[in-house]
Amino acid sequence: MNKLRTFTIGGVHPKENKLSEQSSITVLPLPKQLVIPLGQNLGAPPKPVVKKGDEVKTGQLLARAEAFISANIHSPASGKIAKIDEAMDASGYKRQAIIIDVTGDEWVEGIETSTSLNKEISLSKQEIISRIKECGLVGLGGATFPTHVKMMIPEGKIAEYLIINGVECEPYLTSDHRLMLEKGDEMLVGIQIMMKALGTEKAIIGIENNKPDAIAHLKKLAVNYNGISIQPLKVKYPQGGEKQLIKAVVNREVPSGKLPIEVGCVVSNVGTAFAVYEAVQKNKPLIERVVTVTGTSLSKPSNFLVRVGTPVSDLIAAAGGLPEDTGKLINGGPMMGKAVSSPDIPIVKGSSGILLIKKVESKRSTPQSCIRCSKCTVVCPMGLEPYLLAKLSKLSVYDKAEKERIMDCIECGSCQFTCPSSLPLLDFLRLGKQRVGHLIRTRK
Amino acid sequence: MSIFTVSGSPHVHGEENVKKIMYTVVFAMVPAMLVSIYFFGIDAVRVLLISVISSLFFEWVIQKYLLKGPVTINDGSAIVAGILLGFNVPANIPAWMIIMGSLVMIGVAKMSFGGLGNNPFNPALVGRVFMLISFPVQMTSWPVAKPLFAPQLTDAITGPTALGLLKEGVDAGKTIEQIVSDPQMPQYLDRLLGNMSGSLGEISAVALLLGGIFMVYRKVIDWQLPVSIILTVFAVAGIFHLIDPQHYIEPSFHIFSGGLMLGAIFMATDMVTSPMNMRGKIVYGIGVGLLTIIIRLWGAYPEGISFAILIMNAFTPLINNAFKPKRFGIALKK
Repeated sequence: MNKLRTFTIGGVHPKENKLSEQSSITVLPLPKQLVIPLGQNLGAPPKPVVKKGDEVKTGQLLARAEAFISANIHSPASGKIAKIDEAMDASGYKRQAIIIDVTGDEWVEGIETSTSLNKEISLSKQEIISRIKECGLVGLGGATFPTHVKMMIPEGKIAEYLIINGVECEPYLTSDHRLMLEKGDEMLVGIQIMMKALGTEKAIIGIENNKPDAIAHLKKLAVNYNGISIQPLKVKYPQGGEKQLIKAVVNREVPSGKLPIEVGCVVSNVGTAFAVYEAVQKNKPLIERVVTVTGTSLSKPSNFLVRVGTPVSDLIAAAGGLPEDTGKLINGGPMMGKAVSSPDIPIVKGSSGILLIKKVESKRSTPQSCIRCSKCTVVCPMGLEPYLLAKLSKLSVYDKAEKERIMDCIECGSCQFTCPSSLPLLDFLRLGKQRVGHLIRTRK
Repeated sequence: MSIFTVSGSPHVHGEENVKKIMYTVVFAMVPAMLVSIYFFGIDAVRVLLISVISSLFFEWVIQKYLLKGPVTINDGSAIVAGILLGFNVPANIPAWMIIMGSLVMIGVAKMSFGGLGNNPFNPALVGRVFMLISFPVQMTSWPVAKPLFAPQLTDAITGPTALGLLKEGVDAGKTIEQIVSDPQMPQYLDRLLGNMSGSLGEISAVALLLGGIFMVYRKVIDWQLPVSIILTVFAVAGIFHLIDPQHYIEPSFHIFSGGLMLGAIFMATDMVTSPMNMRGKIVYGIGVGLLTIIIRLWGAYPEGISFAILIMNAFTPLINNAFKPKRFGIALKK
């Protein structure tokens, strides 16, 4: 057994509550209607290539990426385009979306739908990257950064390590855990494909020690694959943060304001590795993903394989129905997820979980005075002083906030989680980051 | 369509809250309280009760009738302050003096700056120093410690503290050997357990250490801060003892007598008035230690830690500004 590793600065340990870790991934039936928002990736949304009334098949291109940082969108089912109109997404705003009336699940020619394992990597480096781009892959850990862009290493840089994020440090979420257990081989082939695309010899999968079955399973499988190793990690939030994971796994620190490639690393999520396998080996675009539906009052916390565009309310119904005492609906985990006002929003590429929080737990406590206990400073994984940044942001002293490195904040919420005075520290930090970001942009 | 609560992440909160922290401190002071009751009897109970009740009363009056804002006396901070003030006075102090001290502590040092979290100086120490300057006689005549169930051995009602004897002796030109052979000087074990004259809460190093360990375990204080104070005092006192053992007592004497333990463990570690970052806390601790031993060795008072902490409190904002935590992704330049 390798020694457990972890990142060195800060971190907290929220209650894990992995209620759905024993529940196998089940396929959710197709809904009657799919709502597919165009803005599902970080960067520019793709442009629609279909119009109202068009018949589409499963896997057919719906919207094409035109900007450099953008990703294609494909039809998750076969049916008819009902309209291209505004619909509410997880942001709570109405945004452009393609709405499809589902008639069936007839796939486009050339996509392999069988689940047989294909370990032979026949595509070249360039072909892999263009296939990933074609299939509209984005990072499935939540940031939804287009995967093909990540695979293109800038001139003069070398990707020494490919680090695969199997940490799943958010409480409640288990979709990555289940995927590691059930699609281990596919994921490892996906990792080898990414290694080939990046020209990397070494890949390390970081997994927190609260998933011993996944660690053992992947260790057993990994002996059949060159250059892939498993690194068990101590359970600590936010270990799934890119910079924290690199620090934990290879003990390198990404410099402030820089990308992981600066220290020779590329980080990708386990879900993305699986999607890469499906795209490259099966020519399958990213139209479905594993989503955890969970909550302490929910009767059947589950992990579903869901087509993009399926309404969240369908998932909740399949997991036993909306509990009476639900006060908050979160798209994502409890630490970094976004609260949404209604379950009538679609699952998108970046949805990793749906969490229902009880009414009694959904209201914040009344903030008290800061007692200067310095706990926020101790837990900040970026070595910042949240109490100070929140105060500077409250007082609009943005130049000082910039000097105190407010832009390094990764919004993990450890400070607010830990604050004994229940201060809304992260609210003020986000506000400050926006203002300081604006100042930096106008300066240029 | 159901409408749910929408707020920014995080959506869960840890177990910690202000009340819990304050009552942890109260709990950590229980051993020292019990020792004080054991040696000073009903007088200790009287002082602590008056101090706590008057602190709560003044906080309530000020919040309700002067600030006309929310009343937060149940957050536990006034109880902590009350016990600490009680710990810092002799057990035979008249009631009205404690009440005056607690008025200054709560009214001047705490509430006038905006209440909990906003005071630059440790309120209990401001209260104590106010009393020391206003009532110097009563604040420096200490009752002799008498174990609760022990037979009466002496007729003495008050006696000097160990540090008082030392200061008096040194000032009178006696050697250390003469000073420690004074029959009034408490023995080593007595000083550890608390069988000596002194302020209520300072007498037993063992009881204070117990409380300190509990607070470190509960992550209410960082051990580095009290340790840096104690080590600094030990080091400086030790150096002078090595140079001139005739006139400078061995360093452990300074550690286990007077208010050093109480100050280092319970007063200097006050969250509100001590620095926010680890390196700052150590710098602050060294500062407190240096000032304490300077006052003890060469100052007019036998005891120095109250002044030392208050002076370093004033430096806290500067220390916070100068000593930053280790940032992620920034190489420390030197």
